[in-house]
Amino acid sequence: MVLELRDICKDYTRGKIVVPVLENINLTVEEGEYIAIMGPSGSGKTTLMNLIGCLDQPTSGKRILKGEDLDGVSDNRLADIRNRQIGFVFQNADLLPGLTALDNVALPLIYRGVRKKARRARAREMLELVGLEDRMDHRPNQLSGGQCQRVAIARAMVGGPSLLLADEPTGALDTKSGGQIMELFHHLNASGVTIIMITHAPEVASCAQKIYLIRDGKIDADHSSERQEEGAQ
Amino acid sequence: MFENIGLSFQGIWNHKLRSLLTMLGIIIGIASIIAIVSTIKGTNEQIKEQLIGAGNNVVTVQLNQNGYGYEFQYSDLPDGVPVIDQQTRARLASLEGAVDATLYTERTYVDGLIYYRNTGFSGTLRGVDTHYFGVNGYQVYLGRDFAQSDYDDYKKVAILDQSAAESLFPGENPLGKTIEIRSEPFTVVGVVSLTSSYEPYISTYEEYYTYVGNDSGAVYIPSTCWQLVCQYDEPQTVDIQAATTDDMTSVGQAAAKLLNSKLTVSEDSDLAYSSNDVLEQAEQLQQLANSTNQQLVWIASISLLVGGIGVMNIMLVTVTERTREIGLKKAVGARKSRILWQFLTEAAVLTSLGGVIGVLAGIGMAQVVSQLSGSPTAVSVPSIVLAVVFSMFIGILFGLMPAVKAANLNPIDALRRE
Repeated sequence: MVLELRDICKDYTRGKIVVPVLENINLTVEEGEYIAIMGPSGSGKTTLMNLIGCLDQPTSGKRILKGEDLDGVSDNRLADIRNRQIGFVFQNADLLPGLTALDNVALPLIYRGVRKKARRARAREMLELVGLEDRMDHRPNQLSGGQCQRVAIARAMVGGPSLLLADEPTGALDTKSGGQIMELFHHLNASGVTIIMITHAPEVASCAQKIYLIRDGKIDADHSSERQEEGAQ
Repeated sequence: MFENIGLSFQGIWNHKLRSLLTMLGIIIGIASIIAIVSTIKGTNEQIKEQLIGAGNNVVTVQLNQNGYGYEFQYSDLPDGVPVIDQQTRARLASLEGAVDATLYTERTYVDGLIYYRNTGFSGTLRGVDTHYFGVNGYQVYLGRDFAQSDYDDYKKVAILDQSAAESLFPGENPLGKTIEIRSEPFTVVGVVSLTSSYEPYISTYEEYYTYVGNDSGAVYIPSTCWQLVCQYDEPQTVDIQAATTDDMTSVGQAAAKLLNSKLTVSEDSDLAYSSNDVLEQAEQLQQLANSTNQQLVWIASISLLVGGIGVMNIMLVTVTERTREIGLKKAVGARKSRILWQFLTEAAVLTSLGGVIGVLAGIGMAQVVSQLSGSPTAVSVPSIVLAVVFSMFIGILFGLMPAVKAANLNPIDALRRE
């Protein structure tokens, strides 16, 4: 088991009003799974991803990542967990504009204290994996949206994470590059990477093995069976 | 760490205009301080050089009463002060650090004492022994030096220095001419000049009074003839040449001690020999220059403070601008301390660069000041190092608040911001 969420609740306090965003979320993710979390905007899916990605703390409930209870863990430890266990892919790629594709990919390794040469060698491998070996020295503004997103995936994968988290990875892309990105995720999953993808697009979610639906802060069970039934009809 | 520094330089280069404007306060502050310090140092070295370098390392030891030189011209001979004999002179010359010593008697600003025809001379009259010219760095330039027979036979002969020769005999050859010293005829046998001539640069009254004694010229006669024009048994003043400038103070003090041991004056007369130390004078002049200029340094420091606040302001803007970058770095595993150091390094690199530019500008300013006003400058290496270190410190001090702000940014908020 890579990840287990038990009775996770998250409230936001705005002034004196307490707004519940997530209520009693239970979720387990097994090694090598590819799951999609769907829901309309404002349903709390990004909050859920931030909780899984150790960027945020739940109001109550338990998170266990790779056997480690994340309750009351120090700030520095959380930073290390994000560095080693989690790979993030954001909607807008979020590359640093001043760095080349290669250095963007190598960035997480800086925080592990890997030496520059080793860092670059590893980053080069990752760029080859996503098919950008001929764009290594390009800056983000010299790359297309799809290429930027592939650099972001390479960056997420460079540290060998236990869990790849993707938040609307194709949201800002046209259909063609979006399709290429989805293919890349599929390929990564086939080689054993555990993926959690957040999206509101059914055609994107359909690539996953399991689909969860979030609505009004509550998570619905696996909808993948429904989909299969639909397919059978 | 080095990567942070490299990235900081890149950041500065990417925002050239902004970085330059941010650094401006630091540049101006450091440049003014360097310029002021260079000018102070230059002036100090000039004072020392002119007072000491020109003086042939000579310490004057003279009889003082109540803190002032004893006025033989207007007072009776003091009781209990013996004439210094040749044996004592030899002992003075062999003091540790001393090269030679000379005994002489003198009258300064002698109006109405010396004439050539109707031309009066108002300079200094000295009765000197055979060591005087050697100790004080004079050489015979025309005619001859005093001979032993001049002393033995009380010959009425005189030697002039160049300015005395020029004022008494403008356009004439003074050799063989007869001058009147207190109605006694003396024959000019020689003219002496300083071996190494120097022209002091005079810009203040203090400096004027320091040099005026050297400037108005002197007439020299054999010490044995002093009694013919002034008085018998007048105690002499001693000039001692020290081996090095640093020996001057100790030689002067030792000489005064030796001479004082021979005095048999009463307790309340307050008569004593003391050394007239040019090194000390130079230090006093230097202190005067320092204290005025130190106030300027304080004013320049305010510019540094303002510069520091400017840096803080821009760093806060930078942190806000780069919120997404900070959020992303945190998301991929940067610890708080990493972010803190990144921004501290950036601030420190920015201000250090400002410091380096300021130092260069300051050296340039000092050169310009030196060209315009003629006062010399000397670049002080410790002050340059200090300036750069201090500007780095300003970066760290004023960069701290923005850096802490960056480090404490919540990564979610940071990523959400567009």
